[in-house]
Amino acid sequence: MPLVKAGRIVEDRYLRVADGDPVPEQGPVLVPAERFLKDADEFARREDAVGVIWPNNRSVAELEPHLPNLALVALAFPAYKDGRAYSQARLLRERFGFRGELRATGQILRDQFVFLMRAGFDAFDVVKPADAAAFEEVAQRYSVFFQPTGDGRMTVARVRTRSAQQPANVRTERVPA
Amino acid sequence: MYLYDDFDRTLLAERVAEFRGQVARRLSGELNEDEFKSLRLMNGIYLQLHAYMLRIAIPYGTLASDQMRKLAYVARRYDRGYGHFTTRQNIQFNWIKLKDLPDAMADLAASRLHGMQTSGNCVRNITTDQWAGVASDEIEDPRVWAELLRQHLTLHPEFSFLPRKFKIAVSAAAHDRAALAIHDLSLRLYRNGAGESGFEVGVGGGLGRTPFLTKIIKPFLPKRDVLSYVEAVLRLYNQYGRRDNIYKARIKILVHELGAEKFGKEVEAEWQSIKDGALALDPAVIAEIAARFRYPDYERLEDGPANLTAARKADARFATWLNNCVSNHRVPGYAIVTLSLKPVGKPPGDCTADQMDAIAEIADRFSFGEIRVGHEQNLVLPHVAQRDLPEVFAALDAVDVATPNVGLVSDIIACPGLDYCSLANARAIPVAQEISKRFQDLEVARGLGRLHINISGCINACGHHHVGHIGILGVEKNGEEFYQITVGGRADEQAQLGTLIGPAVPYEDVADVVEDIAEAYLALRQQPDELFIDTIKRLGVEPFKERVYATR
Repeated sequence: MPLVKAGRIVEDRYLRVADGDPVPEQGPVLVPAERFLKDADEFARREDAVGVIWPNNRSVAELEPHLPNLALVALAFPAYKDGRAYSQARLLRERFGFRGELRATGQILRDQFVFLMRAGFDAFDVVKPADAAAFEEVAQRYSVFFQPTGDGRMTVARVRTRSAQQPANVRTERVPA
Repeated sequence: MYLYDDFDRTLLAERVAEFRGQVARRLSGELNEDEFKSLRLMNGIYLQLHAYMLRIAIPYGTLASDQMRKLAYVARRYDRGYGHFTTRQNIQFNWIKLKDLPDAMADLAASRLHGMQTSGNCVRNITTDQWAGVASDEIEDPRVWAELLRQHLTLHPEFSFLPRKFKIAVSAAAHDRAALAIHDLSLRLYRNGAGESGFEVGVGGGLGRTPFLTKIIKPFLPKRDVLSYVEAVLRLYNQYGRRDNIYKARIKILVHELGAEKFGKEVEAEWQSIKDGALALDPAVIAEIAARFRYPDYERLEDGPANLTAARKADARFATWLNNCVSNHRVPGYAIVTLSLKPVGKPPGDCTADQMDAIAEIADRFSFGEIRVGHEQNLVLPHVAQRDLPEVFAALDAVDVATPNVGLVSDIIACPGLDYCSLANARAIPVAQEISKRFQDLEVARGLGRLHINISGCINACGHHHVGHIGILGVEKNGEEFYQITVGGRADEQAQLGTLIGPAVPYEDVADVVEDIAEAYLALRQQPDELFIDTIKRLGVEPFKERVYATR
């Protein structure tokens, strides 16, 4: 399953650690949610990058205190049409200010790329090699955007009213106290 | 009329290009049918019994004459010369071939038409009052808000893969012509005690196998907050709506299981954290959208011109049509004309390409080039000068869209049913045809007054049978078609779900049962102007039940 980052197919530097497996001494690791939460303190002390695979039926608010220690959050699309992780992604980026890698995993087809990027994803575990190869082209398919989301693209409303001195939205949400 | 700009045109062109690629990938086998399914659905394409079906959105029911001509063109070029107007301000073509779909979509896009989000688990075409902008009982034009929402929810990156479809309706009138209470989300624009206008927000309405009416979760929402509030509702639904069972996936089930009060509190909390962000509506943005709704350059005219009075006296057919199909306009000297797509014995909502062309022509001559589509599957000419009504009647009559049965027993709402739909258990259109034949005597129909019949060919309730004054639901029993009959439903500002009157009856008996109910009503009503629905409200369903089942 090719990994696409910054528009290119890249090597995945993270080692996926399954639930029962030992965590290697060194190197970036990607661990399941339960495992991560159980040993969160230990992972926080780790020198190399740590990522977590977060399920789409669990609130990302639980992750908030751990975000400073995470280099990567991988969100799940168990089925192409299961869109819960789009909300999780926007909350992580726009409400909790997560700046690390946000990876879409699971059933990812080219037809989701634009939606995923707009929701804040910047890495994609793509199912089909042909889709991964077409990433650059597909990502530029749309030039018109109506919604202000955290990806900062200019919305049509802003352009139309020419009050567009700033990107559509970069953390303009109020964070609840 | 709403003026599209380059952004709208560019988006449609990009969408067509994307879809062309998807069809190519499907035809080459790169995409399997399951993968293709949600992609085509989001472009309004269903796989029906006989062929692919293309559903095209008519946002807030407003259609320009050139768009109507384009629909006629598509009907002739790619289909069998007709289209079917639905209960959600859409039109469907039932016979299009997969390989032709990208070209049909490109042709439609050239006239600012598309099928985006007319199906699939996303936010559907936002509907409103078909008299928006011309009704004498509205506080402002609700289409401005429908358009703001349409733009915001078009290809929304967070809400394109919801648990299930999501339908929004907006109304700004005293009388609800948009069937607000049966929508996933309803927005009723009204003025509060302090004279400010804002929205009353309802959620969780919907028909199908578990019918619910909306519950109000926000009695007054300032207008500037409409996008953020809808975003909050959708965000909760996207995360917590059920995805384990398609029949429990609509927001109505989430609202029901959580309780409307708790759901409302959750929405409130989510909304509080986003309401003052990028979604707070800038007055300049609202003004910009409002300015692109153009109203005709009306003449200064008096109500009730002399030629109209004369024509009314001279021609009884015209007078009948005038009483039935013509309504008050907010501008003096003008009228709103409803075109019945329910001629006796024909499928409700069907319109031929020739009729479409003729209607476009009549709209150009007499209605500033504008046509509306309403949820009762009829069309509307929204700006007709009263002095032109005799000529308009003659022109409409010539193409068989002047049947004076609007709101009467033969103005039936029906889904396509077993004749077209792969989900249906029973026929709907032939039932409607038979009933309309029974009541083709307009004297009889008028004697019955306002009486809405809604027919669905299966439990999915596309014909809105739960909210018909008489509702008819087709079911299958041992391979045969049976029909459950409800009475007392309504979808207006006093919305109510109908009550089942007894065991299902066979196909052959449905029209007889409707006649029995009509006769019972005539015998029971207190005076001629007590409507059917009011008699039921006063007496309950028992006397109707007795009448229908006494001999069965």
